[in-house]
Amino acid sequence: MNQKYEAVIGLEVHVQLATQSKLFSGAPTHFGAEPNSNTTPICMGWPGTLPVLNEAALKLAIKAGLALNCRIAERLKFDRKHYFYPDLPKAYQISQYDMPVNGKGSLTIELEDEQGGLQIREIGITRAHLEEDAGKLLHEGIKDGSLVDYNRAGMPLLEIVSEPDIRTPAEAYAYLTALKAILQYLEVSDCNMEEGSLRCDANVSVRLIGETKFGTKTEIKNLNSFKAVQKAIQYEIDRQIEIVEGGDRVVQETRLWNDVKSQTFAMRSKEEAHDYRYFPDPDLVPFTIDRETVEEIQKSIPELPAARTQRFMKECGLSRYDASVLVGDKKLGDYFEAVIATGADSKLASNWIQSELLAILNERKIPIENSPVGADALAGLISLIQKNTISGKIAKDVLPMMFETGKTAEVIVKEKGLVQVTDTKLIEEVADRVLAANPKVVADFRAGKGQAVGFLVGQVMKETKGKANPKIVNEILTQKLS
Amino acid sequence: MTDDLYKLTLTEAVRFAGENSAAPLLDALRDRVAAVNPKINAILRFDPKRVIQADPRETVSTGLNGVPVAIKDNICIDGVETTCASKILKGHIPPYHAAVIQKILASGGTLFGQCNMDEFAFGSSSETSAYGLVRNPWNTECVPGGSSGGSAAAVASDMAFAALGSDTGGSIRQPAAFCGVVGLKPTYGRVSRYGLIAFGSSFDQIGPLTKNVEDAALLMNVIAGHDPMDSTSVNVPVPDYVKGLKRDVKGLRIGLPEEFFIEGLDGEIEKSVRQAAETLKRLGAEIKTIQLPHTPQSVAVYYIVAVAEASSNLGRFDGVRYGFRADTRDLKDMYLQTREQGFGAEAKRRILLGTFVLSSGYYDAYYLKGQKVRTLIRHDFAKAFEEVDLILSPTAPTAAFKIGEKTDPLSMYLSDIFTIPANLAGVPAISLPCGVTSEGLPIGLQLMGRHFEEETLLRAAYTFEKEIQLKQKPQVVSAG
Repeated sequence: MNQKYEAVIGLEVHVQLATQSKLFSGAPTHFGAEPNSNTTPICMGWPGTLPVLNEAALKLAIKAGLALNCRIAERLKFDRKHYFYPDLPKAYQISQYDMPVNGKGSLTIELEDEQGGLQIREIGITRAHLEEDAGKLLHEGIKDGSLVDYNRAGMPLLEIVSEPDIRTPAEAYAYLTALKAILQYLEVSDCNMEEGSLRCDANVSVRLIGETKFGTKTEIKNLNSFKAVQKAIQYEIDRQIEIVEGGDRVVQETRLWNDVKSQTFAMRSKEEAHDYRYFPDPDLVPFTIDRETVEEIQKSIPELPAARTQRFMKECGLSRYDASVLVGDKKLGDYFEAVIATGADSKLASNWIQSELLAILNERKIPIENSPVGADALAGLISLIQKNTISGKIAKDVLPMMFETGKTAEVIVKEKGLVQVTDTKLIEEVADRVLAANPKVVADFRAGKGQAVGFLVGQVMKETKGKANPKIVNEILTQKLS
Repeated sequence: MTDDLYKLTLTEAVRFAGENSAAPLLDALRDRVAAVNPKINAILRFDPKRVIQADPRETVSTGLNGVPVAIKDNICIDGVETTCASKILKGHIPPYHAAVIQKILASGGTLFGQCNMDEFAFGSSSETSAYGLVRNPWNTECVPGGSSGGSAAAVASDMAFAALGSDTGGSIRQPAAFCGVVGLKPTYGRVSRYGLIAFGSSFDQIGPLTKNVEDAALLMNVIAGHDPMDSTSVNVPVPDYVKGLKRDVKGLRIGLPEEFFIEGLDGEIEKSVRQAAETLKRLGAEIKTIQLPHTPQSVAVYYIVAVAEASSNLGRFDGVRYGFRADTRDLKDMYLQTREQGFGAEAKRRILLGTFVLSSGYYDAYYLKGQKVRTLIRHDFAKAFEEVDLILSPTAPTAAFKIGEKTDPLSMYLSDIFTIPANLAGVPAISLPCGVTSEGLPIGLQLMGRHFEEETLLRAAYTFEKEIQLKQKPQVVSAG
């Protein structure tokens, strides 16, 4: 990136609220249903039907607003946003125009700077409002025309709009990661991008550093992963700088990200933009949000990721990096807490979860909450290591066996006779044999090649089929050689 | 007596059906519709073989004893074509019952015939129906009023014991006045709008068109009440309107708004309405002149706010899911051609007007200002109702006009000049006959009341009706 310029980035994130029914009708919301089966006459926009606000959706919206430090509106109003498209059954979307449920707020993000230091930034939230989703057009495999699936029509969405406070693609990534973690902790949304329950559009412009006015922005759509957001913003920044450097002007327009080509393409210009003709929806009477309800929701907010990270650092002695990884996925954090609740050493638990357990789970594409080796089982394995019953090396062989057999570590260790040998007499016997069989190595050691002891330890371990306690082996060998 | 069963009022029909059965009533109506409807086209759809009643597995009260009610064609009936008298909804079969339909069926009523109307309730003459205009049973050269002209004409010509209409700016009361029947627009929020195909969502109310005041009270007992499916319906207790009827207006304070007795008001109508006020005074009411200073802006405000809502409400008629779809090749064309061919001229006019007033750059000057004036008009009523219990006025400035007479939209809009204020303020209002012009056309008297005080309206109307005992009947009755 050209050092003369800085980027100004704002993100609009749509999350689907985790309710049982849609925003204004009783239609179910589960993913993957037969086309047009999750519908009622209301979300199909049948003439004569009327919307009734889903209270659960409103409460989730307020919960998210509170966690994002937003000002919660005192009065709630909905507006109609008009445009014609076959996936929009009423030819208007019920949204919130000038009185969003959540007003100004903020979100703190953390990211490492180039020197490896920690950088903390506060990104402003402009608003977070409720609106209904549209349906989906299906074109593929249809010869003549298109089909419409209204299962998604009327789904409850929270649109979270950030201030143009983001400056780099990495910050955008950190913002999304932090936002997703908070929403998952609140159980406001499952934030599943593949199923479309989290979507993101980015507004990007560039300006010379020191300039206070904004440059002309473009809006990037069709971003289907956080990585894509990061890549598309970077592409767009480079594209815009190139235009400005070339003496041209950036055109205000909507652009689509093409993930395969890793480029953005113009979709529509400002001139072609819709006049949405917003006006208050007369079918939904404005009403006052009762302060007691807000207080009750406030009380229901659980410990949020930032606080949990601090706790993991302070109480468990984890590094910020390790704590962040565990906290970043609420269920991973829960798993970790369940393991240490049994008394397992927290650093050992953190290491085992992040390296060995996740390696196997990721390879098998199993989410942590469905792990065949539960928290208790992993705690059992860790306790064997802590008690020196087995070595860490043996434990690494035991874990896959736990996955395969479903047996506890203790049972496997017993069945396979893997109990660590801590009997010094036995180890001394083996050590003597090894020393006798390797006079050259012993000579090397005595000649000052310290690393030769490693070979000898390995030989002892081999003789004991890995069951000897490596620490004891090391001690005995060092003693005998000196 | 049995030959004339179709002449019964709703109350009489319910009594008859309770003592005998509803079957002879249905037969009488079938014959009556066959004989009369070809002359006036009030009933749009009518299947003599199909009477819609409650599912026998559901518990229903026997209140209506199987007596049928005719329904305006903008109220959805599950499984029955409902078109708003528009080509664009031709063949549209709703998959659900409107709340009022459920209530009628749950009260043991049946449905029999859907009434013609102005397309999408846009009009004051029932001339804009895509399925042919409606004629006034008193004089078939005249319009029956609108938009519930079919409902009013069907009741006036004894093709229905009672009917439901909808009223956005006078669409129940003005045709009731033109056809010499009783029409009640309830308080906004009193009757569920769920299943009423929307025109102006903040104005629309469903209400009864009946042969007398008692019938209106009876039908209100059936349809009024809070509905959780309609967020604008209000949860206040519903009194027994029939039990509330009595001949007593003593001490009732009735206001005559200065702004309603103006140039353009037909002399005969004014005389008849002032006489009605005198009659009520004689019966013990206190009559006084009041001011509703912002009501002269009513028509202007209404044609901004109501059309804005209409333009939004009618967006969904795009040919994608239901009703008419023009045969085209691409998406944009499908929208343009479906709406071009599907909507009539008045519907298009209102969509254009409404789209304009909501457009960016015009919103503040029109829609927002309109809403502000609407608030002022509401305040006018609130203030007036501190001084009086009821407001009395003509329902319409003239009696029924000739078919084809009003070609200029503005002069047509002005025929709702006295009915629109009640919709802007959301107050209940009733129209009932108070006399007949020298040309033999009925004259309507309008009473407006406080929010949710339909009971007072009905009591005053009932007292007046019993006192004057109008005998004139529509011409089509004697000819039929």
